[in-house]
Amino acid sequence: MKRARKHAPKSGKAYADFMAQAYAMEIDASERYAEFADQMEVHNNLEVAELFRKLSGIEGLHAKRILKEMGWPQMPEPVYALQWASAEPPETAPVTELHYLMQPYHALEIALRNERRAEKFLGGIARSRTAPAEVAKLAAQMAAEEREHIRLIRDWMTRVPKPDPDWSRDPDPPFLSD
Amino acid sequence: MNAPAPALVAPDFKSDYKPVWCPGCGDFSVLAAITRALAMLALRPENVAIVSGIGCSSRVPAYTTCYGFHGVHGRALAAGTGLKVARPDLTVLVAGGDGDGYSIGGNHFLHACRRNVDLTYIVMDNHVYGMTKGQPSPTTEPHWSSKLSPGGTGLREFHPLVIALASGANFIARGFSGDPNGAAKLIAEAIRHPGFSFVEILSPCVIFRPDQRSWKDAVRPAPVAPTDEAARAARRLMTDDGFNLGVLYSGRRKPYQPLTGKATQRLSDLEEEFAL
Repeated sequence: MKRARKHAPKSGKAYADFMAQAYAMEIDASERYAEFADQMEVHNNLEVAELFRKLSGIEGLHAKRILKEMGWPQMPEPVYALQWASAEPPETAPVTELHYLMQPYHALEIALRNERRAEKFLGGIARSRTAPAEVAKLAAQMAAEEREHIRLIRDWMTRVPKPDPDWSRDPDPPFLSD
Repeated sequence: MNAPAPALVAPDFKSDYKPVWCPGCGDFSVLAAITRALAMLALRPENVAIVSGIGCSSRVPAYTTCYGFHGVHGRALAAGTGLKVARPDLTVLVAGGDGDGYSIGGNHFLHACRRNVDLTYIVMDNHVYGMTKGQPSPTTEPHWSSKLSPGGTGLREFHPLVIALASGANFIARGFSGDPNGAAKLIAEAIRHPGFSFVEILSPCVIFRPDQRSWKDAVRPAPVAPTDEAARAARRLMTDDGFNLGVLYSGRRKPYQPLTGKATQRLSDLEEEFAL
């Protein structure tokens, strides 16, 4: 997961734009996982909160690594103004995927979907005929890293209990009782 | 000479309070959109005030580092209007939900549109009263059946964008919480636009309206460019299905701003103004 990337030459606007996009993807994912951790803490689902916090930290490290590789002192602007094919960057989980009774397995399912989307996105750039060679090469390296993350998460999922079918059943639901 | 203050980023506008919204609530994304918009516009928290009423979404002022006023149910626009008129130097955002804004505060909504004071009204619309456990709101579909409204209310839903246009709002847009960056751009544009700017943001309530998770498949960019012609906007809005996103009207009406006298410096001055 922390293998050093074989750098393509750090030249050209296309390269910098791609790295800004990669940074945006990682930092957005990190912020979203941190928000999820906060939400779970507020609802006293501490086990899942800890897991999301860990995922946020991992994505944050990826983002920092990009800053370091590019020699950028801070986030490139404007991170939030970038255009994506979907509403949000590919590695960011939709807000509506959470449930207050969710379990670690569900959190890992979310992470798995995120990594798969990221791999697909980066793989698409790597295979693109219009991407400059240095960008395509780096995108291919990053896509390979995402495949490694997918493998790690799948492995992680084997080490946490699989939820019962009625995991979301709440004996004291939030609905108004009649 | 003092050095210019460093530019702020979105997290600088978030307070240390963790939102108590339900996990999965769309309002988290609206909060993110508001903070991103403020950062985009290079505003400072001390120059922004966020005013709200009552309801889940009305908790938003506490979750920002801006000045905030968590007011009375349905009266956020009245407080926000007063604030902007008294302090035109501030950027004033008013935020709330569909129940607070269209039912309890419905009359204030009409007249805030009509007055056209330069503020931005953000409504997080989830078509339900979430905080009080799922009663139908003015924007609830007539056939939405629940424990509290078996078989549905049978009542035609309120069309806030049409009402806003008819009442004189100067800027009308719709965003979606599933697209926080898109919503941030709309909010930034609304803040920049002079006069009363109204931004409705579809924000699912995953607890009482889990069906709204499907909104992400229903929303789409409006297939038309923004217009400054009210008549054209009206024709578009009359056939709008509630899922067209973007700026739907951008008018050119001059904002209302009364001439103010000297600023009140002391409490005794203020008391004197109200003395009978």
